[in-house]
Amino acid sequence: MQVYRWTLTMALSIVHRATGIALYVGTLLLVWWLVAAASGPAAYAHVQAFAGSIIGRLIVFGYTWALMHHMLSGIRHFVWDLGYGFKANEREALTWGALIGGIVLTVLIWIIAYAIGGGR
Amino acid sequence: MSATDTPKRSMRTPLGRVRNLGAAHSGTSDFWRQRITGVAMTLLMIPVLVIIMMLLGRNQVGAAQILSSIPVAVILLLFIFASAWHMKIGMQVVIEDYVHNEKLKLVSIMLNNFFSVAVALASTYAILKLSSGV
Repeated sequence: MQVYRWTLTMALSIVHRATGIALYVGTLLLVWWLVAAASGPAAYAHVQAFAGSIIGRLIVFGYTWALMHHMLSGIRHFVWDLGYGFKANEREALTWGALIGGIVLTVLIWIIAYAIGGGR
Repeated sequence: MSATDTPKRSMRTPLGRVRNLGAAHSGTSDFWRQRITGVAMTLLMIPVLVIIMMLLGRNQVGAAQILSSIPVAVILLLFIFASAWHMKIGMQVVIEDYVHNEKLKLVSIMLNNFFSVAVALASTYAILKLSSGV
């Protein structure tokens, strides 16, 4: 492995897998939330208390980023699947786009969420 | 069961000889489904985010009312179905890449299937229960 010079695309390939695994485990939260909503007010209040706590917010924020990054990184893979974007500068541009786009979308979603959720 | 064992004069077609080989024993169907479900989730992302925004800050009564509406329920069901399938395939690829012990690999793939189906079924049941209002 030492013979490889680490490149951005290589690192982001690992991040794509890592975010995928995180999203996989995180579906447990989605299930918990939906089952609680179907169970009744007490169960739903537990979920809301957890999601509203500092740790809960950090987890959901991380989950938002993992989802946005994985989606954009996946779109990058679609571009490659279709046979485009293989030149060195195109590869780099797509990868930077996924990296920066993922962060921007995550922050944007949370700004909107606070603007809407805070008003209720 | 390697392809090189096949005698020179064989009734088997070239396709028949390579079928079921490879780590997944299932050819390219998983590759294709991985992409279908990925496209589906990308298209569903904005409606799903809108639904989540609608639910923020509401109590169970308010949330249940929104979740029981037909378009909301259908969008979430589609998203959950695509997610469960996508993550089952994705995790299987990871397992096949890193788990080299054959028995452990088979057990891991089996548990992956159980987990993905359980996630899909529990979420689906919850949404249908909310939709039927019982």
